[in-house]
Amino acid sequence: MAEWEVVIGLEIHAQLATRSKIFSGASTAYGAPPNTQASLVDLAYPGVLPVLNAEAVRMAVKFGLAIGAIIAPRSIFARKNYFYPDLPKGYQISQYEHPVVSRGSLAVMLDDGTVKTIGVTRAHLEEDAGKSLHEGLANASGIDLNRAGTPLLEIVSEPDMRSAKEAVAYMKKIHTLVRYLEICDGNMQEGSFRCDANVSVRPRGQEKFGTRAEIKNLNSFRFVEKAIQYEVARQVELIESGGKVVQETRLYDSDKDETRSMRSKEEANDYRYFPDPDLLPVEIDDGFIATVRQTLPELPDEKAARFARDLGLSVYDAGVLSASREMGAYFEAVVAELGATHASHGGPGMATQGLREAGTAQRNAAHAKLAANWVMGELSSALNRDNVEISASRVSPAALRGLLARIVDATISGKIAKDVFEVMWSEGKAADDIIEAQGLEQITDSGAIEGVIDAVIAANPKQLADYRAGKDKLFGFFVGQVMKATGGKANPARLNDLLKVKLGGTQAP
Amino acid sequence: MLHNLSIGELAAHLGGRQISSVEITRHFLARIERLNSGLNAIITLTAAEALAAAAAADRRLAAGERGPLLGIPLIHKDIFCTDGVRTSCGSRMLDNFIAPYDATVVARLKAAGAVMLAKANMDEFAMGSSNETSYYGPVKNPWDTAKVPGGSSGGSAAAMAARLAPYTTGTDTGGSIRQPAALTGVTGVKPTYGRVSRYGMVAFASSLDQAGVFARTAADAATVLKVMAGFDPLDSTSVDAPVPDYAALLSAPLKGLKIGLLREFFEGLESRNATLIHDALKIYTSLGASTVEVSLPHLPLSVPTYYVVAPAECSSNLSRFDGVRFGYRCDQPKDLADLYKRSRGEGFGPEVKRRIMTGTYVLSAGYFDAYYLKAQKVRRLITDDFRSAFQQVDLLIGPTTPTPAFDIGAKIDDPVTMYLNDIYTIGANLAGLPGLSLPCGFVDGLPMGLQLIGPHFSEGKLLNAAHQFQLATDWHNHAPRGYE
Repeated sequence: MAEWEVVIGLEIHAQLATRSKIFSGASTAYGAPPNTQASLVDLAYPGVLPVLNAEAVRMAVKFGLAIGAIIAPRSIFARKNYFYPDLPKGYQISQYEHPVVSRGSLAVMLDDGTVKTIGVTRAHLEEDAGKSLHEGLANASGIDLNRAGTPLLEIVSEPDMRSAKEAVAYMKKIHTLVRYLEICDGNMQEGSFRCDANVSVRPRGQEKFGTRAEIKNLNSFRFVEKAIQYEVARQVELIESGGKVVQETRLYDSDKDETRSMRSKEEANDYRYFPDPDLLPVEIDDGFIATVRQTLPELPDEKAARFARDLGLSVYDAGVLSASREMGAYFEAVVAELGATHASHGGPGMATQGLREAGTAQRNAAHAKLAANWVMGELSSALNRDNVEISASRVSPAALRGLLARIVDATISGKIAKDVFEVMWSEGKAADDIIEAQGLEQITDSGAIEGVIDAVIAANPKQLADYRAGKDKLFGFFVGQVMKATGGKANPARLNDLLKVKLGGTQAP
Repeated sequence: MLHNLSIGELAAHLGGRQISSVEITRHFLARIERLNSGLNAIITLTAAEALAAAAAADRRLAAGERGPLLGIPLIHKDIFCTDGVRTSCGSRMLDNFIAPYDATVVARLKAAGAVMLAKANMDEFAMGSSNETSYYGPVKNPWDTAKVPGGSSGGSAAAMAARLAPYTTGTDTGGSIRQPAALTGVTGVKPTYGRVSRYGMVAFASSLDQAGVFARTAADAATVLKVMAGFDPLDSTSVDAPVPDYAALLSAPLKGLKIGLLREFFEGLESRNATLIHDALKIYTSLGASTVEVSLPHLPLSVPTYYVVAPAECSSNLSRFDGVRFGYRCDQPKDLADLYKRSRGEGFGPEVKRRIMTGTYVLSAGYFDAYYLKAQKVRRLITDDFRSAFQQVDLLIGPTTPTPAFDIGAKIDDPVTMYLNDIYTIGANLAGLPGLSLPCGFVDGLPMGLQLIGPHFSEGKLLNAAHQFQLATDWHNHAPRGYE
């Protein structure tokens, strides 16, 4: 494979989150009984006319601005003509020669941490078709036109990706972006976000692209990766065995993990595109663009950069925590409240004492790192395990802050905190209530800890002798015995200090 | 007789409670009953609905409401969707189609208290110049029933000429109001593209289609157009500009009016037709207008340009008639392709098929640039020609058609000759301009039309010029024998 270079371009279809359809007033809500959300316009009754939904245009412009693209002052809707029962007019209204968005780009972080810029050729508005239903009907096909006329933004990339993983990273980035912008719900099961992949291979070093195949309608990141991998292997094998790749449309069968030919270039429809005479050109002026620009949220890259710069997070952590708007918001709520907690408590807990001396910035960084570890660790595991969205988390940012505050002020250890978190998650109680009810508060009183140490030393004379003879590793044994005797509640830092003194060894701190 | 009264006179009688809407409606329904069988101008008679609407109008009148069209009957071209009433578009494809909504034109007239008597016959999907392509058979010209009434709004024109209604509606894509108005001796107005909503009008060629009105006089047409016209949020191509009070503009003197004579319209014009036009121009000069010859060098390309653009749009517009959701569906389709082929093959007539095939061809890969794109460029040149002409003159005057009404069957097998019938009318559609045809005399006992074309949104000026002509002449008062 080393001598072959893979070339991939993606056409992503993002369903725009408008309340009504792109050319009619019918609702776009998912899951209604068949044909209950199809107006006379969607049904293409004789005499009806399309009227453009301004909200769809606003969303397309928002996307264009977020990828630094050119917003066309004048874009045009065309008709793409073909016959199919789920296409009521016999043509799809889509922007063809003059799309609303062109020539943008997106920075994508690859697995090895390098950042690659992927070009976005264009993004254009179009309407979705309905659905044909072939199951559960004897000798007949059903047609559900609820989806007909749903607004789509088709985002076409340059052929800039060189592996299936790059393609997935790019698609994930677009997915993150459209949800940040609140222009698409990103729901891939419901088909709100799907893509076609154009795949070709060429000998490394050759400038001319190989013949491409287009794999249609991939609706999960995993399928994109597997379909491209299969297709690349197929093309390489074909060429190496003396064959030629033909330009064609292929379908990915996820059950068999293979792509199959759907239709060749020769069988392709002649769509007879021409400007739709029922719709005026879309005119967009600078004022409109400025208004839309004001509604842009902080974008994922900006947020990640801020997390790294202001909170001292690693690039990796900052990237993970900004991957969705909801996760970023959750994390920020925890950090903000944790800071507030500290200011109001201000107690001289051992863990915070050192931090105070080291200065506010460092303390904030420590809090941020703690919050980051918890959001990315325990919280994310629980969310994944129970398949819950972070916006619907059973542990709210305030509740998590309540738990982390007890770590910060050394009421409990990080280890105990994990147990507390599980109870919070399953029973919905506050951290303080659980700590109090279960008596989990750390033992920080030196006298109490010394008493336990004395008892442990007395019960283990041999280990004591060995330790004092130079077996340093046995320090851990004594820590374990004390923790066992205290039910894990001894303050670890305090225990270490006291144990060192009691054992009288030569341990370096 | 009631059927010879103007809309204004009928409204005055209704307003004075000398007569009721129900009585007027019964009068016209009786005329249709008696006279339509010889003309075939009507596809669907809606007598019961008409009487109910008339009774409702009478209640509004009794309550003191007055309106220029309140309680006055009309006939709609069967291209306008009418809620609960068959809307066939002259095609077998829609023979079973009951529209579930009113076209904007229908809704506006209905709100004004208009009483629909019937739906008028027309060329199938408005494709034709003689009303011979209708699934419901040809319409006959009341002036000579061996002759065509013109098309595609032939039923509306014939019904108007035969006084089957005080006014009728029509649509004009390449002359479909003006040409039949000329051939049946009535006044027909095709407004500026975008002046009247296309919502609910079964589409033929979206960039050319425009709804308008047939009436006996320009004054009547002015009254109706005022109600029909105006911005419609349901039609993105309708124009959001105020609608003038056309009736108030009718009496303006024509002194100083600059009339352009289109050189291209007079070249090769048959002498008797030319004489009528020149006689009309004498009337205009006597009213204080001046004439100047102007040239639109690209106008002779109108017909070929039109027969690329209109079929291209129609080939796409008519794709929705696929036998799936409404309209004609073939018996026992064996698969999807069979359903499409037979539903469309059996549902459409030959002229519609010819245009769908022409349009599909000109939009095809490899031919698009040579036909569709070139036609769009020529269309732009024709529009520019008109624009520069209107920098010199207020309106253009010429014949509406090259000849009077021809025999039924004479041209139906020769599409190119048939298409040339629209040579004088198509330019206004390509440029989106308003046009008006009014009676200006007779050749061989058949009426001829004088055509006025003005700049965009000059309907008021066209109606004013036509009205002043009708004050000075009585061609518009001639009725065909048997229909007086």
